[in-house]
Amino acid sequence: MRHFTKLARPYIIWAVAIIIIPLLLIVLYSVTTGGNDLVNIQFTLDNFKKIAEPIYLSVFTKSFRLGVITVVICLLLGYTLAYIISKFSEKAQNILILLVTIPMWINTLLRTYAWISLLSDNGIINTMLNKLGFDSVPMMYTDFAVIIGLVSDLLPFMVIPIHTSLCKIDNSLIEAAMDLGADRFHTFWKVTFKLSIPGVLNGIIMTFLLSISTFVIPKLLGGGQYMLIGNLIENQFISVGDWNFGSAISLLLAAVILIAISLMKRADREDTEEE
Amino acid sequence: MSEKVIIELKGLTKTFGEQQVLKGIDLKFYENEFLTLLGPSGCGKTTTLRIIAGFDDPSSGEVLFDGVDISKIPPYKREVNTVFQKYALFPFLNVYDNVAFGLKIKKTDKKIIEHKVTEVLKLVGLSGFEKRDVSSLSGGQQQRVAIARALVNEPKVLLLDEPLGALDAKLRKEMQIELKKIQKEVGITFIFVTHDQEEALSMSDTVVVMNEGIIQQVGTPEDIYNEPENRFVASFIGESNIIEAVMIKDLLVEFDGIQFDCVDKGFKENEDVEVVIRPEDIDIVKHEDARLKGVVKSIVFKGVHHEIVVETEKRDYLIHTTDYFEPGLEVGLTFGPDDIHVMYRMDWE
Repeated sequence: MRHFTKLARPYIIWAVAIIIIPLLLIVLYSVTTGGNDLVNIQFTLDNFKKIAEPIYLSVFTKSFRLGVITVVICLLLGYTLAYIISKFSEKAQNILILLVTIPMWINTLLRTYAWISLLSDNGIINTMLNKLGFDSVPMMYTDFAVIIGLVSDLLPFMVIPIHTSLCKIDNSLIEAAMDLGADRFHTFWKVTFKLSIPGVLNGIIMTFLLSISTFVIPKLLGGGQYMLIGNLIENQFISVGDWNFGSAISLLLAAVILIAISLMKRADREDTEEE
Repeated sequence: MSEKVIIELKGLTKTFGEQQVLKGIDLKFYENEFLTLLGPSGCGKTTTLRIIAGFDDPSSGEVLFDGVDISKIPPYKREVNTVFQKYALFPFLNVYDNVAFGLKIKKTDKKIIEHKVTEVLKLVGLSGFEKRDVSSLSGGQQQRVAIARALVNEPKVLLLDEPLGALDAKLRKEMQIELKKIQKEVGITFIFVTHDQEEALSMSDTVVVMNEGIIQQVGTPEDIYNEPENRFVASFIGESNIIEAVMIKDLLVEFDGIQFDCVDKGFKENEDVEVVIRPEDIDIVKHEDARLKGVVKSIVFKGVHHEIVVETEKRDYLIHTTDYFEPGLEVGLTFGPDDIHVMYRMDWE
């Protein structure tokens, strides 16, 4: 065993170089002033205090609200899709899962531009509405557009883990439930859904994480004024140049996500123990 | 066992794709009966059980339960419960909740559930295990939970799909006795599926031998063992000498060029038949005392008995005896008229 652990050393160095050091730098930036000036370091907590200002707090609440809406829609659509797919033959399932993942092969930017050409005022949908004699419906630069963009982008991250956990369910458990008098509805809620919870949790965590940290989709579909946490961080680093404030926001976001994940994992554990 | 039929299968067939796994099954199950479906894998025994449980639909034929056709009724409305091959216990529920599952679905009163679960756990010898996680139990204990989970619903018929298959030899023996005891105690019909002939013979009131989707023989364990109806049953139920023979007339059969008295009648004169002689029914005697003569070819010690192969002019005979005979020794073979079991010749196989 010993000489096998040696083989891991290059990866440890690699992980330290690209994960640990940048993370430590972000921590350092978040509690200092003066940006890249690492010679005259001055420690401060002002960066965190700044987040508490109403204008930035509202960005946080808006991001979380959108994240939750996106996750809920992804969960409803994704679970249904994963469940339907799991009923097909194994061969057909492979093809269907491939179809679900195909959009991920295309760059997010391109896919988002596709939504613009569909949703914009003289886009495909509104042109068709006009031809049918209806008025145009402004859709671009609204929550609606951003949510559509996020859901379509993140749906595979919900479908795949749920599908995986549905496939792992031993069919004799379903038969056992029916044998014991459970109709389809009860069998689903009391057995199938229970056994798919790990997949559901993974799907929720992934889609939530990705939806509150994204910045491309809200920027393109929500417009320049549309500010989510991801855009705020991007702005601090690219336009404003306040790396210290940007780092503080990033750190806070990471902390919030970590807490959310650990709460969910704990809830899952307690749930299984209680039953 | 009573005379009342509880389940009757009529002309049951089942086809999966190209393959016909059941080719017309007609069978009656009686109240309080311990019936075993016995056969090699792929003989259709599990499919028959799954059709009774409602997990598979028959391609044609009827499943009558108390005289009513239930072949279109979903499993959750049938008065049968199943013990699955790999137990199929719910991993997210403890022992108590696994057993209570069926009663909770039926919205039974909480007090009654508690009483029934306690009673049934006592029956299977798992009192005090209520709060245990099912994954922390041994195979034998999980098996008992599975039996309790099915029995607590008070089904009229309990279906058991090779339930002892995953247990080790010693535990199997214990559970065989236990199951038989439980069946007597609850007094309902058990339909047991197995490929183990010893298990079938030691537990059952009735054994149904199946092969290639057809019932080969139905009878008591004694009937099946002593009076197999054809070569398949004879060879599947333990080692045997199966010999092609001619029925000269009633009570007289000829094989290996010798005519023997037997106890079978009702065959045509000079009909081609097959004869089965169980290895333990053959006696080895002195060379000059028997009409059938041979040489000891091999002897293997099997614990209780020796397994001896005696080579005669026409064929090798397998004999089980507690005596020892030196290989190479010239011996004679004898058997009584009632040790010879005459069977119809099978055209197939």
